[in-house]
Amino acid sequence: MYAQEVKSTGRGVKTPEEMSAQERAFQARIDAGEKIEPKDWMPEGYRKTLIRQISQHAHSEVVGQLPEGNWITRAPTLERKAILLAKVQDEAGHGLYLYSAAETLGVSREELITDLLAGRAKYSSIFNYPTLTWADIGAVGWLVDGAAIVNQVALQRTSYGPYSRAMIRICKEESFHARQGFDIMMKMANGTAAQKAMAQDALNRLWWPALMMFGPPDAESVHSAQSMAWKIKVMTNDEGRQKFVDQTIPQIEYLGLEVPDCAARLNPETGHYSFTDPDWSEFFAVLKGNGPCNADRMRARNKAHDEGAWFREGLLAHAEKHQQAAE
Amino acid sequence: MASDWPLWEIFIRGQYGLSHRHVGSLHAPDAEMAMLNARDVYTRRNEGVSIWVVKSADITASAPSRKGPMFDPSNDKTYRHPTFFDIPDDVGSM
Repeated sequence: MYAQEVKSTGRGVKTPEEMSAQERAFQARIDAGEKIEPKDWMPEGYRKTLIRQISQHAHSEVVGQLPEGNWITRAPTLERKAILLAKVQDEAGHGLYLYSAAETLGVSREELITDLLAGRAKYSSIFNYPTLTWADIGAVGWLVDGAAIVNQVALQRTSYGPYSRAMIRICKEESFHARQGFDIMMKMANGTAAQKAMAQDALNRLWWPALMMFGPPDAESVHSAQSMAWKIKVMTNDEGRQKFVDQTIPQIEYLGLEVPDCAARLNPETGHYSFTDPDWSEFFAVLKGNGPCNADRMRARNKAHDEGAWFREGLLAHAEKHQQAAE
Repeated sequence: MASDWPLWEIFIRGQYGLSHRHVGSLHAPDAEMAMLNARDVYTRRNEGVSIWVVKSADITASAPSRKGPMFDPSNDKTYRHPTFFDIPDDVGSM
């Protein structure tokens, strides 16, 4: 998802016998559905896994502004431009909620941002794909935010209080994102033949990367078991992907577009669609930094950060001057 | 760098008649910027009619590990709750 390959302890889940009394009491709280709060005792592995997951999620929100920001100045109408601007502003807010949640675990904002700008931090693979046409903006809102919602709705039940509260706030805002995307797709799918072809092309290109957002198949997801036991994660990668496919294929049909996966079939007994896996070698390559836009995204983030330095310094100087005047 | 800026806790009054409630936090160089950022981050959809910004460092919190000694003294005073007293039905609502 927005955090696709979060390293956990690297060991299996401890049995109750292997746990210390403190760890057992902690696990019992989690199992009872209690939320863990910043000043509560927690295993070091829990803290570290959460910092990794929440910061990857935060970075994804921030980098996720770039593919859409690309189209703000070229939106087809003033209304679409204002809507897109509001959506991108939401993403900045979501990044902030999540950085704040990560900071409650004892990591500083500066460390997190420095890691992102230096290219050491991961963020979702999806944002390393380009947005080539206006239809891509529709497909991003509909598919990418749609996939994010599947994951984030589940994460509202995550065990760490500040993360859960950030998710609740984000989910409230996120359905606007998916709906504005679908609205763009409806317009294009019902437009001229050329517009409809553009919508189909956007769907074809973004379908597979959207499936990858949920992370590798459960069988290969080495860190999931511990994260699930700690309720840092509350849904497996495959469960999320299935849910997304099941909700999205009828929407594709509603639009009158073709499902990019010709093997996708509804199983009337289970009510679920069978579907083809995305190319996992592509997923791992993008995650390693070799996607179509990884370098672009990092360049753009660094440029924005560097070019904003004078403003941050100015704000600080202003605050200090007024502080001194008051003393 | 943003993290040199102090952390502020943000409280918002959702509507007149309600208390301010904690909604989150943010970094800002001073109270004025904290207020502007709080408006942009936490009230994009009519969430409030008033904002408080408080430096996190100025908040003293009770420690979760002292939850027992801190709150136990009230646990055994069940007579503080109205349901402690049995009032006969004949008396009517009280």
